Amino acid sequence: MNVDLAGALELITRVVGVRGAMVVSADEGLVVAESSMDGIEGAAVAALTAGVVSRLTRATAAAGRSAPAFVHLQAEGGSLLAVPAAEDLLVVAVTDPDVNVGLVRLELRRMAEQLA
Amino acid sequence: MSIEDIRVLTAQLAADPSSLAFLPLAEALRRRGQLEAAEKIAIAGLTRYPDLADAHDLLARVLGDRGDLERAFDEWDIALRLDDRHAGAHKGIGFLYYVAGDLPRALKHLESALAIAPEAEGVAAAIDRVREGLAGMEGSSDVPAAAGEAPGTPAVAGSTAPSSGDGAGSLFSGLEGAEDGLLLIDGQGLRLGGGLNGPDGAPVGDAVAAHLAGAFRDATRAARLLSLGDWRSVGAETAEANFFLCAPTEDALLLLVRDSSVPIARLAKHAERASEAARRWLAGAA
Repeated sequence: MNVDLAGALELITRVVGVRGAMVVSADEGLVVAESSMDGIEGAAVAALTAGVVSRLTRATAAAGRSAPAFVHLQAEGGSLLAVPAAEDLLVVAVTDPDVNVGLVRLELRRMAEQLA
Repeated sequence: MSIEDIRVLTAQLAADPSSLAFLPLAEALRRRGQLEAAEKIAIAGLTRYPDLADAHDLLARVLGDRGDLERAFDEWDIALRLDDRHAGAHKGIGFLYYVAGDLPRALKHLESALAIAPEAEGVAAAIDRVREGLAGMEGSSDVPAAAGEAPGTPAVAGSTAPSSGDGAGSLFSGLEGAEDGLLLIDGQGLRLGGGLNGPDGAPVGDAVAAHLAGAFRDATRAARLLSLGDWRSVGAETAEANFFLCAPTEDALLLLVRDSSVPIARLAKHAERASEAARRWLAGAA
């Protein structure tokens, strides 16, 4: 893998309303790389995201479906978005509530494809 | 459009998947009656351009041709939310209201379509037909059933799932997916109602409920620790299906599962109706 992680993450955080973006190890829930996690503890994002995605993956497997290709946790104050990438990684963004989710999803997928 | 034109557009799209060539290509396939192919191309385009009103309008027309009027309505509704001056979406929704017998709303949307695009094919004639229908109703007590209801999806014949009858699915009677695609789960991971089947048709509701037992706690903890406030929903897209999870009450989870062609945003709308049903059912069961 030869990807400029910082540069790729910056493309995500350039989207208006994105508070921060990071690459997370899905198994361990550890930070691999992060970009401007404004006021948010990166380690907490990594661990919590990995936990939520892991639980959903077990649920979708129990339903006979494949693992999630996109996860969106929506809360009153914003969203947590995650897209799995190769090598057991997750590309994650934390956003404000009024962000263009479709655009962030595209950027997350683009980076996940780069990591593949 | 000729077959050669379609070949050119197909090649163009293959060379550049981000191209807007999916719009004329899917429309050409729709006109040729190749509705399945048209739907696939429209959906693929929407994954790249989810905010493009024209793409939602295109998918709605394909769905309308396939007879899936409820989904067509939802796509036109999304198109109008993105662009409230989209003539095609006004025309499409006006047609659906006409089919549903809601002539006042049909007239409103068709007039909007005509005002925005006076050259729009067939709209003026449709308005005349609706006005004739309304004139026939004057002085009569035969007011269309939907006319006095709150705005929403027209009650198009065949668009609502049949009643699930007795059994766990009756909790969601009348809702799409009442017995396969809607699950109500308690805090201990037990299925309270609804049902879900795997791709082979075998029931998987109980297993999925068990795996989601801690999802409420996970989502609550994640949202609060990330200073996002209370969580509202969790959406998950897989290759085959989309999942949408929300909490109709403090101690119950609602899961909706639909084919991956149904966008998460549409699942959220379905979830509102299913949550209402769940709350009523839980209040009655208490």
